[in-house]
Amino acid sequence: MENFTPISALVGGSLIGLSAALLFALNGRLAGISGLLAGLMPAARQDATWRVMFLVGLIVGTGVWLAATGRPVVAFDVGWPVIVGGGVLTGIGTRIGAGCTSGHGVCGLARLSPRSLVATVTFVGVGGLTVFVARHVMGV
Amino acid sequence: MARNLVALAAGLIFGLGLAISEMVSPLKVKAFLDVAGDWDPSLILVMGSAVVVSFVAFRLILRRPQPVLDLKFDIPTRRDIDGRLVGGAVVFGVGWGLVGLCPGPALSGLVYGNVESFVFVGAMLVGLAIGPRLVTLVGAPPVASATPG
Repeated sequence: MENFTPISALVGGSLIGLSAALLFALNGRLAGISGLLAGLMPAARQDATWRVMFLVGLIVGTGVWLAATGRPVVAFDVGWPVIVGGGVLTGIGTRIGAGCTSGHGVCGLARLSPRSLVATVTFVGVGGLTVFVARHVMGV
Repeated sequence: MARNLVALAAGLIFGLGLAISEMVSPLKVKAFLDVAGDWDPSLILVMGSAVVVSFVAFRLILRRPQPVLDLKFDIPTRRDIDGRLVGGAVVFGVGWGLVGLCPGPALSGLVYGNVESFVFVGAMLVGLAIGPRLVTLVGAPPVASATPG
């Protein structure tokens, strides 16, 4: 567990909670990223401006930290077919399951939603199983 | 106008949180999911602290009849567990485990400029767009328009 970073995890997580609180208190909206994106899809577009603004802020916020620390932390250990396949599955799954790590995993759990609890336990469990099979069974 | 600025500020804080907690890193997320390997429990503390802060905040906020800048709180009302919810979470879990990216970090991580991130986001947007059609193909009722989460 030498990679465990409890302090930055607690600080970063609290900021995510603060962001969700701000958006809910002032705008009455839940900070679920896949739901926010789903509302930008051509067939289901609604209130596009605030969604785009949030996404711009999301990228700028990460960019501010990158500029301040200069640490590149994004690296991948899989090839292109897996990147593409994983992306498509992530899009389909979060759309059909009505949420992702932020919508179900943060906002939904904070609202004590039984649907979000089931979804979160499911995607964390299946995610863990997927990594186990990929790394320890198939050895990729 | 004010609501859009709030959304910008909230996005900024969210992106900062993802960067500080290193959740933008697919390898960090995979290290959490890899219980049988060199396990990194950081994600539990990220999600846990985010849930605690928003749980307390939501309780205080919901004492008000409406949000400060809008007419009503936009909250999902469904409480039933159906196949679509679980099936979607399973499909997402596979994608998450394969690459180590979920939608938030995938988008905010674009700022690092990796080609992989752009390809992943492109593929994810295709998935988000075709998701409802796939559900129709297998004969289930259509997905509601804009889904929270």
